[in-house]
Amino acid sequence: MAADTHSTTTPRKNISVTLQIWRQAAADKPGHFVEYKATNCNPNMSFLEMLDVVNDDLEKRGEDPIAFAHDCREGICGTCSLVIDGKPHGPHEGIASCQTYMRSFEDGAVITVEPYRAKPFPVIKDLITDRSAFDKIQQAGGFISIRTGAAQDANALPIPKQDADLAMDAAACIGCGACVAACKNAAAMLFVSAKVSQFALLPQGQPERDTRVLNMVAKMDELGFGNCTNQYECSAACPKLISHDFIGRMNRDYIAATFRAACKDKPAASTGGA
Amino acid sequence: MATLNSNVPPGPLAEKWSNHKFNNKLVNPANKRKYEVIVVGAGLAGASAAASLSELGYRVKCIVFHDSPRRAHSIAAQGGINAAKNYQNDGDSVYRLFYDTIKGGDYRAREANVHRLAEVSANIIDQCVAQGVPFAREYGGLLANRSFGGAQVSRTFYARGQTGQQLLLGAYSALSKQVGAGAVELVTQHEMVDLVVIDGHAKGVITRDLVTGEFHRHSGDAVVLATGGYGNVFNLSTYARGSNATAIWRAYKRGACFANPCYTQIHPTCIPVSGDYQSKLTLMSESLRNDGRIWVPKNASDCKKNPNDIPEEDRDYYLERIYPSFGNLAPRDVSSRAAMRMCDEGRGVGESGLGVYLDFADAIQRYGHQAAARANLTNPPAEQILALGEAAVRERYGNLFDIYKEITDEDAYKQPMRIYPAVHYTMGGLWVDYNLMSNLPGLFVLGEANFSDHGANRLGASALMQGLSDGYFVLPNTINGYLAGQKPNNKPSTDAPEFVEAEERSADVVRRLMSVKGKEPVNHYHKRLGLIMWKRCGMARTREGLQKGIEEIQALREEFWAGVNVPGSAENMNQALERANRVADFMELGELMCRDALAREESCGGHFREEYQYPDGECLRDDEKFAHVAAWEYQGEGVEPLRNVEPLDYEFVKMSMRSYK
Repeated sequence: MAADTHSTTTPRKNISVTLQIWRQAAADKPGHFVEYKATNCNPNMSFLEMLDVVNDDLEKRGEDPIAFAHDCREGICGTCSLVIDGKPHGPHEGIASCQTYMRSFEDGAVITVEPYRAKPFPVIKDLITDRSAFDKIQQAGGFISIRTGAAQDANALPIPKQDADLAMDAAACIGCGACVAACKNAAAMLFVSAKVSQFALLPQGQPERDTRVLNMVAKMDELGFGNCTNQYECSAACPKLISHDFIGRMNRDYIAATFRAACKDKPAASTGGA
Repeated sequence: MATLNSNVPPGPLAEKWSNHKFNNKLVNPANKRKYEVIVVGAGLAGASAAASLSELGYRVKCIVFHDSPRRAHSIAAQGGINAAKNYQNDGDSVYRLFYDTIKGGDYRAREANVHRLAEVSANIIDQCVAQGVPFAREYGGLLANRSFGGAQVSRTFYARGQTGQQLLLGAYSALSKQVGAGAVELVTQHEMVDLVVIDGHAKGVITRDLVTGEFHRHSGDAVVLATGGYGNVFNLSTYARGSNATAIWRAYKRGACFANPCYTQIHPTCIPVSGDYQSKLTLMSESLRNDGRIWVPKNASDCKKNPNDIPEEDRDYYLERIYPSFGNLAPRDVSSRAAMRMCDEGRGVGESGLGVYLDFADAIQRYGHQAAARANLTNPPAEQILALGEAAVRERYGNLFDIYKEITDEDAYKQPMRIYPAVHYTMGGLWVDYNLMSNLPGLFVLGEANFSDHGANRLGASALMQGLSDGYFVLPNTINGYLAGQKPNNKPSTDAPEFVEAEERSADVVRRLMSVKGKEPVNHYHKRLGLIMWKRCGMARTREGLQKGIEEIQALREEFWAGVNVPGSAENMNQALERANRVADFMELGELMCRDALAREESCGGHFREEYQYPDGECLRDDEKFAHVAAWEYQGEGVEPLRNVEPLDYEFVKMSMRSYK
C-alpha cells in the first residue's frame, strides 16, 4: 500500500449506499438477496461497522440481524469472510474484509455482499460458512510431532535467516479461506501449500516431510476441494498476499514423496497423521 | 467465607517449583486415561494445555466458541514473548525476569508464581522452535531478540509483528496433532454458559451450541478455564469483538472467587475513536514512542487547526515537560493518564477532542540529515532531506504507518498521528492457588482468565509467556495433584441433578433475554456500559465517581432487562442473542470492578485513585493496608459480594516505590 499518495485535512462527506445481501436462514433453506440501505455512513467507518449499524436498526425493529463472521477486526484472526462485489474480502489487495473502509465506495453505490461459495464450505447462516474442513486438513498432518517438554535448546539448531524468513512468509496464512472462495475449482492449494512449505523449509519439519504432504493432500482431496489450474486467483485474493510459488514448492514435494513412498520399505511409515 | 490457601510450597524461592513437582502426587500412566479433563478455550493457554494434557494420556475435551481453535485473540498479540535465555549476554537471568515482573506489577503479585513463570520461560522458546514457529533470526542462524518496556535487557523473542499469531498456530498445531490422533475431542461453536459443581467440586460445564441453540452437558473429572480477559466490559478496547467474560463470570456465580477485578491495563498509544459507530480500537505499537514526540496545542482554540499550521512555540510537548528524564518514554500508565488530563483541559485534538499528537517531523528531519551526511551530500534541498528521512522512518515503522493510514485515511509522514489510550488487558481474573486451581476444587484457570502473575500491571511481552507457561508446563505438573485424589473412571453422570439445574438456569437466562422484546438493540446498552466504565473506572478513579458508577450500572442493568430487543429465535444461530447473553454478564462484572476499585484505597499499577498519588502524579501505594489480593465471593443476586483477602508476603524482594526515573 502506498503510504504517501495523499495527505488529508479535508474531511470527506458521509455517504449512503444500497446493499444487496445474501440471506439464508440455514444450510438446508433456500437463500436470496435482500436489499438494505445504509445511509449517512462516515467514510472512516469500517465495512463491518456499517453492517453493525444496519443490524442495530434491524434489531430495533425486531428483525433478524444479518449474520456475518468476525472477531479481531484487525485482519489477523481469519474469521471475517465476506465476498464484496464478487471479490473475497472486497475491492482492495492484501487486506481482510474487516480492514475495508467505507471510503472505498462511492456515494450511491450498490454493493453486493455474499458468503463464500465453495462446496467444502457450506453456508451456516446468511454470510457465515462452515470452514471446519481446514481444521481437518491440519489435523491430517499440519504439525511437527513433538511432545511438550521434549525440546532441545532453541539455539542448538541454527536456521539460515533466509529460510526462516521464507517459512514465516508461508506461516503468515490466517486460515480465512479466501483462496478457496476465489478459485473457480474451490481448490485449497494455497492454504495447504503454505503449511506444507513452512515446515518443509525448516530442519524441524524434515522427518515427517513426506508423510505430511501426502496426508494433507489426501485429506484435501477427500474433503472435496478441487484441483489447481494455475490461474492464481487465490494469491490475488489472499489478505496476507501469500505467494502461489508455495503451490509449486508443494507440488515438487508431493511428487518426490510419492516416488519415495512407492520405493520405500514398508515399516518406515511415520506416526504422524490421522 | 471462602478458604484462600495459596499453597505456595516452602523452601528457597528457586527450589520451590522443583520441590513441588517432586512432592506432588502423580497419576500413573495407565490410570491417566481414566480421567477426563474439560478445557474451555483454545488460545495460547487453552490449546497448549489441551495438547499437553492429552500427550500425557488424559482424555481431553476442548470446547471453543469460535468456528476453529485457531481464532482466539492471542492471535493478535504483536510484539513478542519474554524469556530468560540470556542469549544476548546482557546480564539477564531467571531472577532478573522474576524481579522485573514483580516490580512491573507494582508489588501486587505472588512471588512464587512469578518466579516459576520466569523459570519455565526458557522452555517455552525451546518448545515453540521445535514445533516450527518461525521466530526472527540473525544472519548466523540463531534467534534474534529485542527489548521491551520495563526491562533493561533484550529478552523478547518475536516473529515479525505477528508473534501471537505464530505462537498460537504452534499451539494449534500441537492440538491438531492430538485431535487427529483421536486423543482430544474438539467441540467448536459452543459457548460455555455454566459451571457444574457437585459436592463442592467442579465436575462439568453446560454449553450452548451457537449454531443450533441447543444446550449440552459435559461431564469431566476436572474443568480448565482458559477463556481470556474481560476488557470488553468497556465496549471499546483492543480486544476481539467476541472476547467475553461469560465463562469466568458464571463460574464466579457458582462460588469461584474473582480476584482484583479492578486491575485493568490501558495502553497509551491506540488510534482514537472516530465516531459512535466504532466497534473496536487498534493498537499502535509502543515502539513508536522511541522516535515520535507527543504534544497537544498550548491553546484550546488551536485544537481544530491543521497541526502543521501550529507554530512550535504554541505546542506543549507535555510528557517532555512534566517528565523530563523519561520524556516520551514514560511508563504506560503515566503516559495514559497524562494524555487524559490534556484532553480534560480541553486541549485534545481530532474531531472528538479525545486525542493527542504523536509527531514524527523531528525524527524525519534527524534521520534525513543523518542519511544526507552518510551520502556526502552538501547542502541538499529540504525536499531531499524530507524524502531521505521519510524513507528511514518507513524502514523502521512502515507497517504501522500503513495500518494508521488504512484506518484513519491520514498520512502520518505528512502530519502527526493522533493517538489516545485504550483498554487492552485485564490483570485481574479468577483467583487461583500455586497449582492454578481456584477455591473450587477441580476448577483450574489459566492465562489471562486468572489473576496470578502480573500484579497490578503487566509488562509488555509477558502475556504470551504466561499463557504458554500455564498451559505447557505448569498445569500438566499440577493437575495430577488434584486428580490423584479423585477416583478413576468416576466422572459424574450428566443426568445428575446439578447438571439438570445448571442447564435449566442457563436456559432461563436465554428465555428471559428473548422475552423482553423492548425497543433497543444490545449494542445500545453495551455502548452505554462502556461509557460509564471508561468515565468511572478507567484511567483515573475517585471514591465519588466509583460510587456513582455503581449506581449508574445498576440503573442501566434494569433498563437493559426492560428495554433490550433480541429478535429471531433461540433455536438456531442468533448473533444478537449471543451478544445479549455476554452483555448481561458484563453489566454485572462492571459493577464488581467498580466495587473493587472503590475498596482498594491506594493507587498501584493500572489502578489509579486520584486521592492517592505523589505530588508528581505517581501511584501512592499503601503496603500496610493493601499488600493483598482482594478475592470477591458471590453471595447471591442483589446481595453485596464478600471481599476475601489473601495477604502477599514478600519474602525475597523488598517492596519499594516503583520508579523508572
